[in-house]
Amino acid sequence: MKKVKYRHSTSRILLLGVAFFLSFTVIGIAQDQADASAQQDAAEQGQEQAPSEGGESEDSGAATGLGDAASGKSLFNSLCAACHKPYSESIGPALNGVTSRHDMDWLYRWINNSGNLIASGDEEAVAIFEEYNETVMPPFPQLTETQINDILAYVEQPKPEPAAGQQAGGEAGASGGGQGVSMDIILGILAFVLLMLLAVLFLVNKTLRNFAEASGVVLPEKPKRKPIHKAFVENEFLLVVVAVFVLLTVAYFGYGYLMQVGVDQGYKPIQPIHFSHRIHAGDNEIECRYCHSSARTSKTSGIPSLNVCMNCHKSISEVAPETATEEFSKQFYDKEIAKLYAATGWEPGSRTYSGEAKPVKWIRLHNLPDFAYFNHSQHVSVQGTQCQTCHGPVQEMEVMYQNAPLTMGWCVNCHRETEVRMEGNQYYDKIHEELARKYGVEEVTAAQMGGIECGKCHY
Amino acid sequence: MSSNKKYWTSVEELKEDSSIVEALQQKEFVEEIPVDEFLGNKNSLENSKTSRRDFLKYVGFSTAAATLASCEGPVVTSIPYVVQPERIVPGKSNYYATTMADGFDFSSVLVKTREGRPIKIEVNTMGNTGANARVQASVLSLYDSKRLKRPKANGQNISWEEFDRAVRGRLDNVDGEIALITPTYASPSTSRLINEFSQKYGNVRHVVYDTVSEDSALNAFQARYGRRALPSYDFSKAETIVSVGADFLGDWQGGGYDSQYALGRIPKEEGRMSRHVQFESNMSLSGSNADKRIPVTPSQQKAVLAALYGYIVGGGSTSELPSKLDDAVVKAAAQLRRSGNGGVVITGIPDDDAQALALAINERLASEVVDVENPRLLRQGNAAQVMQLVEDMNAGQIGAVLIAGVNPVYSLPNADQFVEGLKKVDLRVAFSSKEDETAKLCEFIGATPHYLESWRDVQFTGRQFTLMQPTIRPLFDTRQIQDVLLRWSDNNQTYYEYLRQMWSGMLGGEEAWSKALHDGAFQVENGVDNAITGETSAEGGAGINNDVAAARNLSQSSENNGMELELYTSVAMGDGQQANNPWLQEMPDPLTRASWDNYLKISRADAEEMELENYHVANGGLNGSYVNIRLGDTLVKNVPVIIQPGQAKGAVSLALGYGKTEAIQEEMQVGVNAYPLYKNFKSFQNITLEKAEGIHEFACIQLHNTLMGRGDIVKETTLEIFNTKDSHFWNPVPEVSLNHQETPVTAPEVDMWESFDRSIGHHFNMSIDLNACTGCGACVIACHAENNVPVVGKEEVRKSRDMHWLRIDRYYASEDEGFGSDIETKENMSGLGSSLSTFAELEQPADNPQVIFQPVMCQHCNHAPCETVCPVAATVHGRQGQNQMVYNRCVGTRYCANNCPYKVRRFNWFLYNKNEEFDYHMNNDLGRMVLNPDVTVRSRGVMEKCSMCIQRTQKTILDAKRDGRPVEDGEFQTACSLACDKGAIVFGDVNDDSTLIYEKSTDDRMYHMLEYLGTKPNVMYQTKVRNTADA
Repeated sequence: MKKVKYRHSTSRILLLGVAFFLSFTVIGIAQDQADASAQQDAAEQGQEQAPSEGGESEDSGAATGLGDAASGKSLFNSLCAACHKPYSESIGPALNGVTSRHDMDWLYRWINNSGNLIASGDEEAVAIFEEYNETVMPPFPQLTETQINDILAYVEQPKPEPAAGQQAGGEAGASGGGQGVSMDIILGILAFVLLMLLAVLFLVNKTLRNFAEASGVVLPEKPKRKPIHKAFVENEFLLVVVAVFVLLTVAYFGYGYLMQVGVDQGYKPIQPIHFSHRIHAGDNEIECRYCHSSARTSKTSGIPSLNVCMNCHKSISEVAPETATEEFSKQFYDKEIAKLYAATGWEPGSRTYSGEAKPVKWIRLHNLPDFAYFNHSQHVSVQGTQCQTCHGPVQEMEVMYQNAPLTMGWCVNCHRETEVRMEGNQYYDKIHEELARKYGVEEVTAAQMGGIECGKCHY
Repeated sequence: MSSNKKYWTSVEELKEDSSIVEALQQKEFVEEIPVDEFLGNKNSLENSKTSRRDFLKYVGFSTAAATLASCEGPVVTSIPYVVQPERIVPGKSNYYATTMADGFDFSSVLVKTREGRPIKIEVNTMGNTGANARVQASVLSLYDSKRLKRPKANGQNISWEEFDRAVRGRLDNVDGEIALITPTYASPSTSRLINEFSQKYGNVRHVVYDTVSEDSALNAFQARYGRRALPSYDFSKAETIVSVGADFLGDWQGGGYDSQYALGRIPKEEGRMSRHVQFESNMSLSGSNADKRIPVTPSQQKAVLAALYGYIVGGGSTSELPSKLDDAVVKAAAQLRRSGNGGVVITGIPDDDAQALALAINERLASEVVDVENPRLLRQGNAAQVMQLVEDMNAGQIGAVLIAGVNPVYSLPNADQFVEGLKKVDLRVAFSSKEDETAKLCEFIGATPHYLESWRDVQFTGRQFTLMQPTIRPLFDTRQIQDVLLRWSDNNQTYYEYLRQMWSGMLGGEEAWSKALHDGAFQVENGVDNAITGETSAEGGAGINNDVAAARNLSQSSENNGMELELYTSVAMGDGQQANNPWLQEMPDPLTRASWDNYLKISRADAEEMELENYHVANGGLNGSYVNIRLGDTLVKNVPVIIQPGQAKGAVSLALGYGKTEAIQEEMQVGVNAYPLYKNFKSFQNITLEKAEGIHEFACIQLHNTLMGRGDIVKETTLEIFNTKDSHFWNPVPEVSLNHQETPVTAPEVDMWESFDRSIGHHFNMSIDLNACTGCGACVIACHAENNVPVVGKEEVRKSRDMHWLRIDRYYASEDEGFGSDIETKENMSGLGSSLSTFAELEQPADNPQVIFQPVMCQHCNHAPCETVCPVAATVHGRQGQNQMVYNRCVGTRYCANNCPYKVRRFNWFLYNKNEEFDYHMNNDLGRMVLNPDVTVRSRGVMEKCSMCIQRTQKTILDAKRDGRPVEDGEFQTACSLACDKGAIVFGDVNDDSTLIYEKSTDDRMYHMLEYLGTKPNVMYQTKVRNTADA
């Protein structure tokens, strides 16, 4: 049977229609697009402005005589950020304001080797050591005083106002809206002109008739024609052709509709915790299999258990201001992290588990039917397939959705086209040798290895 | 069948002019369909508010609504662990070694768990104990919905704290002795614990009660060797085995001997195999595997043994046996003598003298099969002590009784007395996993865990130990008896700590303990066990004089005239502890092929004498008469009768373990309870039979009784021919005519089909050795567990709708001449008339037939007849040789089943899961936990069949790919080949010539079933060879 791609035919035809209409209007809109991109640039500039404003305050930090906040920032991120945050408590205390709490000399000694300071019986040091569960801060003897100054300059910056960038963006959007209104006016005027033209045409026609009547010109009378619907009904051939056409169309669309039943491509449910793959896999470039570790060895990729989240989120209780987008604010993300803490029973204040865990009920996206067997490790570990091949650009997905149709045709197509990765795997050595000897082939597809046999996935 | 018998289903039919019978005969549905009741009443129709149009509207709306609703995908939620245990990876199975020990079955096993749920039992090769069908099925008993969920007092749920407080308070002030009744634990730590408990309370009497007793054998062994134990046997060393009434392939003396036996049954290169002679009354597994089987009544068995003693040890050169029987005994004795220390005599006669004689004979033979130095400890019950306890209870001497893990109210022969006695005991506590007959009568019930949730050590023999460990967190609020006793002995340790401490010390460190726990089994050299249990060896020394006296006693007691009853334990049910297990209920008996029942097996001659009959009805079901069994005052009513070929005339047999009524689902309350007939714990009883009214309907799955000369199904030969003649003689390849030339059917030129190239990659084959297969049925249950095979119930089995993917066919053949003579008879038939009558004759199995067991599953034909007829290509062939069945593609035409020559395809007539009509394990959340998540649970209306465990082969391949290594021999396994501890089923890749399966495929004994059809199956069989060499 020949395969026809019926799926989503409706949307495709709609799309064609829209494209058709757009081709008429594209000239009119081109101008607006240029405007829009200009506004976007402006908005981006606005966002860029926010850090540069921070830069200004760095200067003010420098003015306090501490050091260069810019180089302090990179030092802070590489050495201190694992345990400290500038404005809130983490494993160690919040560092903002530390210069007012302790004198500089003490700080140098503490940072260079806190253990010595505690051992020497310094009261301040012992108090901090005890306050933070007797966790020893690793010594940093490599830091010079200038470098420490730089770091302190960075942490002593006042907390930046996160709203600035967003405001700029908002304003830009509003002005964009203004441009949209003028577009409507142009369209309105055009429509009005058209109407006027029609009215003029009608009036001219009427006037001409009146003139003809007045001047006694007899207009030739049109012979009375059979109404078109009657003619249609009487034309049997046409009737049959139309009927066949209508039936075929209904069948085509009906089949197309039925075939997409149960295909959940694009399924994008709201999850109990808003987990952003964009932030984790995209911005932070966390390897997929760090969290979905069972994909390497098991048939399921595994929804990560919450203790995996806590590996990092023990010390990340809030997102960086840069993480926030137009759509989702920093407060929103921080609230989601709080949900994780609630689920695991983690108390960020005391940094302990309360023991009251509430498992999270994730909404499952990829639902293969029970009669289809799929094994992640076969694809991920043996073949080395990229996760994105099936799951799409996960690193860009703010909200995860089903990228592939997960239909059998989709599976089989890939098995037909994909060559099996054999080199370096001793399992395939014998088979490969025999294949090469017998058929003179070097590369075989999964299908040629029996990968599209029914029983390989249905048992 | 040319029979003029009148068949009747009801007494009513025997009356003439019965209107009911008349009506039944004329009409298929006797009652009128009550149409008039709702359509005839014009008034109500007119007054009805629902018009025809309304009706159509509703129909239209509901159809549309249903269609729309089905378009919406359901929202599926997934809940991951909060903290994932390190060793659990979702989607991967973990294996743990543990031990099944319920007092009847003892076996070292591997438990496969998925996401923390045990889903399958496998044989632990390090334990070397084998695993029978009940052990395989025990995983389902873990998920038994009738299990007790928490402790109870007077029918009310209580907490363990309350339980402890209440019972201990009463124990401290008990008036009289404290009796502790347990089954054989064979657990050194438990023995020590009970000792400590006894020391604390001072007046504790520990009574070991084996439901099915080996008391005589224990007594005889104790008298001779001074220790209450059983001899160990290694049948792989045996050259000649003479068994007098011992079903050693079944449950005799704890069972588990079949794998060693099978080793000796496969003809070795020098053309030797063991010779097995069986004297028995009941047709048992052992008898059906024997080279020579002599049916004798229980009383004659005693005489046979006495005669055998006379011939071998001396004292008699003649016997009073009938000449034919005497001849057989003489020959057996001669063979035993010739085999020297390779000979062994065993007996199952429940008589101290008989057991003593068997020991004496083996001693004289210096048999190396028997090991009395390292005896078996799997039965320790003491019948006399149990009887004494019942008496003392009635006498009011017992103040408290703790009953743990046994159900005497159900299983004691004198249960009435026990119940009377129990009423006189002040404090009655039961430790049970179910609220069974005994627990119901107890004030306190302590809910106990399943063995898969428990700790324990088990001592199989003097030197061989195994460990039991939990494989799942307890499902319910249960506590094992050991933990309870520890608490009551004021020991703050948990039993796990206690056990670990004891064995770490014994084995020399924590590391040794960890290794032992990992392996599940370990050996401890001599002497250590006594140090644990504090058991001391008494002097034995019953000598030759005693033996002679025993022989005299035995031959004297062998006179008997009436009907004799032998009580046995069936392969499926054992002592009946797992009666609520639907897998076991549905497992057909290897010999009668009946499921969901127990029945009285009787010989044809006796049945005819008593006018008892068995016949088949139109739908293929087997019907049989009822009898009442009377033994003294005991009357067991309405026992259905099955005529068993090979049953000794004058003896009947009945299985124990059925007829439970408490803590068991209604569907599983089948059969009659035979324990009331088990007087004095003797399996031989003298009874009287009387025919009862009524006809019983059996669920028997194999209709034809004999092979009727179809030698292409089963091939067999004798050792003599096997050793002397060419394989073409005894294992000919069928030939077909090609251009008027006889050509072997295996030759490619006679093939209609073009074969695929299967030389590259894996090509799976399976070999089944008919010599090694004892018919034990472990593979059937393993297949159920692995492949989510549904249970369909008695009614459906009766309609031949059983779903077993793997069945073990049992065929009978005429005595002595064997299957060959049947073929000859068939060949010599001439004309229709003669063939009809001869076939009818062939269908009647002889009085002492030979038996063959043949496991049959899908043969995975390379040229499969099923594949060509499927209109939707739902069954197709894979290049690895598997015939694949695609459930989601099947539309249920059943053409494939019609076209299958091996009859191995099974159709889902109903939805067997989540369906109230089939209320077995797949209909409750607990039972569904046993399902294998890698195999689809089939829906109604699709065909299913053996897949050659493609999920397992795929997993093996994937594991190898992931590790980047070739697959080794023995890695490819199916559920059945893994379950077969006898090595009868071998599975593997035949394209790899280093494998065992390749070797099997080139064996002279290899043949394919119905080879002349040219289906080219991927399952092969190994011709059965019988050692018929008679003295």
